Amino acid sequence: MHHVVIESWSRGASLLHARDARVKVIVLLAFLIALATTPRLTPAACACYAALAIAGILLGRLPLGPLLLRAAIVLPFSATFAAFSLIVGDAPRAAGLLVKSYLSAAAVLVLVGTTPLAKLLRGLESLGAPRLLTLVVQFLYRYLFVISEQAQHMRLAALCRGSGPRPLHFRAAAGAIAVLFARSYQRAEGIHQAMLARGFAGHTQLLSSTRIGLRDLLFLVAGLSLVLALRASLGVLWNP
Amino acid sequence: MEPLIEVRGLRFRYDDGTLALDGVDFQLFPGETVALFGRNGSGKTTFVHHLNGLLAGEGFVSVCGLRVERRNLLAIRRKIGLVFQDSDEQLFMPSVLEDVTFGPLNRGLDTTAAIETARHALRDVGLEALAGRAPYHLSAGEKKRVALAGILAMEPEILVLDEPTTFLDPPAQRDLAALLRRLPQAKLVVTHDARFARALARRAVFFEKGRIVADGPVGEIVERFQWVPGTTSGGEAGIQPAE
Repeated sequence: MHHVVIESWSRGASLLHARDARVKVIVLLAFLIALATTPRLTPAACACYAALAIAGILLGRLPLGPLLLRAAIVLPFSATFAAFSLIVGDAPRAAGLLVKSYLSAAAVLVLVGTTPLAKLLRGLESLGAPRLLTLVVQFLYRYLFVISEQAQHMRLAALCRGSGPRPLHFRAAAGAIAVLFARSYQRAEGIHQAMLARGFAGHTQLLSSTRIGLRDLLFLVAGLSLVLALRASLGVLWNP
Repeated sequence: MEPLIEVRGLRFRYDDGTLALDGVDFQLFPGETVALFGRNGSGKTTFVHHLNGLLAGEGFVSVCGLRVERRNLLAIRRKIGLVFQDSDEQLFMPSVLEDVTFGPLNRGLDTTAAIETARHALRDVGLEALAGRAPYHLSAGEKKRVALAGILAMEPEILVLDEPTTFLDPPAQRDLAALLRRLPQAKLVVTHDARFARALARRAVFFEKGRIVADGPVGEIVERFQWVPGTTSGGEAGIQPAE
């Protein structure tokens, strides 16, 4: 499972792991905005952005090959839009879409691969992300493990009753999804009761974020300078 | 002596029409540990969910002198800690420390005091070293102890444990029994495990069809209802060993 692997990466130790989540989020946002607003992605520009992303992977001591492979998960989606550009005869735009989406996914993976989710969500919240949103993500992530485990058990149970190694038949799969949904609903009720039992009164208080240190500030300045310098050298917005 | 928990004539019917509690009377006194026995669906869990207002039926329920009703619920939930059967439902925060601080923060403690309380509770259950771990990376026994720490951090006067030995291997059950024996709070333990109940409690009650049909020493209740899955040297009825 992707989230298990990325979760194990995020518990590593490196220069990037040690940085405050907020400064990493800001540098990532700057990178994404710079990449998205680069008007024409020349091979040289591509190489520069890719070099930044790879520098992030190496600084975070993340496995290069597996990360680059996982970043490809966005390609089927962006390829759909790239296909439209190709149809109207704009091949450079199609290529730009693919490269931009792929490098963006790689950069996001560098962030989530070097920041445990709890710290990331806390960082996002202190940067102004709505608490409701971060709570929903937190619960979703927490129970992904439980629900995927239940799904695995159900698949094994189906195999034990002779469904064979091939994928479940449509009806059985539909039934399994329905049961999974009902169980998830039931579990959500249980979780809510457990929250009430510990004094939950409608809003969750989280532990406050840690302080941003000098090294974090240095990383922020260096990261933003690099991204801005690169973007500035690639021309003004919308200028062909 | 004033009872910590007093229940009189408690009745509860689920939305589907099932009568889950049919006139329950019960008292728990300070320092006592009581085991709740009964077959699946006999009303034990429904009963304990009434003690902190998760469910509301007809009848009288009071905890530490406070009647269980809407305006007292927050105060009551600080006094009575419920450890759920499925620890996954109780451990919903992304790290062990954050989960254990959930209750203290709800009690209004500031972050420093909440962390201090949580670390103390984790020390009590012997898991301070796991404070930074994610709950889904823990074993069943560790999850149960973290769930218990989350309740202890609320500093309750009463502990209610719903099937605490579920998913635990025998060594983990033994550790849990030893840990619970050290805790000074009055306890209600919903369990099917007669041996575990004997290790913790002197008194037991037996639920049947939503009523308490017997109340007495654990040994007597176990014997009267033949509440033993395995055979013992005493020749009690139970599952026979394979030939």
